[in-house]
Amino acid sequence: MVEKHKLKVVLLTGRTIEQGVGKELGKITSEYAESVSVCYMDPEDMKKLDIKDGANVQVSTAFGSVVVKAKKSLRAPHPGVIYIPYGPWANVVVDPETHGIGMPTFKGVPATVEPAPDKPVLGLSELLKQQFGKG
Amino acid sequence: MPVVKAVSCPVCGSLCDDIELTIENGEVVKVKNGCAMCEAKFLSHRSEHRIRKPLIRKDGEFVETTLEEAIRRTAEILAEANYPVLYGWSNTSCEAISVGIELAEEVGGVIDNTAVVCHGPSLLSVQDMGIPSCTLGQIRHRADLIIYWGCDPWSAHPRHIERYTAFAEGRFEKSAWRGYMAKIRSLIGLKKIRSAAKRLVLKEPSEIEARLKPTFVPSIAREGRKLIVVDVRRTKTAEMADFFIQVEPGKDYELLQALRALVRDQELEVDHVAGVPVEYLEEVVDAMVSCDFGALFFGLGLTMGGAKLRNIDAALSLIRDLNMRTKFVIMPMRGHFNVTGANMVFTWQTGYPYAVDFSLGYPRYNPGETSVVDVLLRGESDAALVVASDPVSSFPRKAAEHLARNPLIYVGPHMDVTAQVADVVIPSAFVGIEAPGTAYRMDHVPIPLKKVVDPPEGVLPDEEILRRILSEVRKIKREKTKAEAA
Repeated sequence: MVEKHKLKVVLLTGRTIEQGVGKELGKITSEYAESVSVCYMDPEDMKKLDIKDGANVQVSTAFGSVVVKAKKSLRAPHPGVIYIPYGPWANVVVDPETHGIGMPTFKGVPATVEPAPDKPVLGLSELLKQQFGKG
Repeated sequence: MPVVKAVSCPVCGSLCDDIELTIENGEVVKVKNGCAMCEAKFLSHRSEHRIRKPLIRKDGEFVETTLEEAIRRTAEILAEANYPVLYGWSNTSCEAISVGIELAEEVGGVIDNTAVVCHGPSLLSVQDMGIPSCTLGQIRHRADLIIYWGCDPWSAHPRHIERYTAFAEGRFEKSAWRGYMAKIRSLIGLKKIRSAAKRLVLKEPSEIEARLKPTFVPSIAREGRKLIVVDVRRTKTAEMADFFIQVEPGKDYELLQALRALVRDQELEVDHVAGVPVEYLEEVVDAMVSCDFGALFFGLGLTMGGAKLRNIDAALSLIRDLNMRTKFVIMPMRGHFNVTGANMVFTWQTGYPYAVDFSLGYPRYNPGETSVVDVLLRGESDAALVVASDPVSSFPRKAAEHLARNPLIYVGPHMDVTAQVADVVIPSAFVGIEAPGTAYRMDHVPIPLKKVVDPPEGVLPDEEILRRILSEVRKIKREKTKAEAA
């Protein structure tokens, strides 16, 4: 599955308690940004990509690409599955298709992960400027 | 310092109503009984990230304005729009939602609530199939088997397990807390023994492992309350469970149908279903059919991926099958504190729980067409009002992009992500902290929310803001009709 340090994975997005606390404290707090601009990975997958906890990775899907911080998942083993908490960073890469029922696909999106040591994780306002030209 | 007791927590659908707040100088300074999210919300109501003055975007930058001016501008945007979207509603009171629906009818727009991106598929499925459910009180006192499927209450509804299910002390069912603590202690003990053995005994690690392995087996057959968790990851909730099933992502539908077959005493001619050995499933089905009162809670793990609403169809069918053998109920884990209330009020006033389109002058409901994400993806709306929600941080980028392109009005207490890309921002009071109201718990029980402190000066509750917008819209429309007649 590894091709030139690129890993094919399934992307899940969801709630973490840190994201829950961050959203209540306020979305412009650093707690919120730090809690949702991350990607929880299986330690074995991190070994395959030769990256350490806290390294920047680029997550890409057919719908977009975003740089987030890789974190060692405490919920492992889940090889081939990455988890990004709900938030503006995850929204860049989820599948908007609603299949005629109103609900986009936030879980189970095919994705690739690759190390991105030279690319920065954007802050909230930079991300909004980049994505929407506003904010 | 005054202490206010029996406060309901306006964070998640559990609506815990035993919170105690200490108030000092008109500010909450201490929270008792709450979870981490509850504490964060009550203690940050006066944070520096609070919006205190209405804002209007001029030449790309926000400038402060008066409430009257912000409301006038909002009403103008909505009255001029052909197809406005009115979205949010799940973090405010039923009273405010009611006015919001009146406003949607007045401006002929689409009104939708956050259920569209959480349990919308569940609502569709329930409309097809019906739902055998009950109140959380019944589950607390009577349920002897709890199943959490595709949800992680430890992270999203932190006190759900302690107040309503496995760790609650019920009248007829005892809390499983002691058993859990014993399990944790044995695990810690095992860890210590393992590390001591590694240091002291010079044996092969695999030999130590082999000796230590059979210390305990999943205790699904034991007496008392049992907890089963089905999830794609070993969540914190899964760690508390007596039995954990790790399903492959997107394969919940298969797993549910396999369980249905086993409940109906059919043989499965495979070894594994959705990555789970069939023996595990047989164990689970044994526990299901032999319980006296089972309760299955499901979360967004079922609604947000894979077969979406068909997953819920399968779950509801499983419960229907189980009710031929024993007593079983099922309940969605609702996220925002009043998303259930939003569905209730929408249904009272329009006949439909979400995704209601008033553009023809009467309510129409066709999720996939009239749901807000689809309206935005097709680029049809020409204005948007967001109340008590943050769609720019919860919608896929493509949908949020169109929202940000619309003249966008945001009504809410915090400088949320949506507020940052809005054109008009109107600060509002926190319902349940600075304004009273009614909210519906996930089991459809209405819970009153208290006002414990005053809002910042000049900041009004959502209900009052919406009333003023509605009356301003009506005024603009009257003026327009008069001008046309003249």
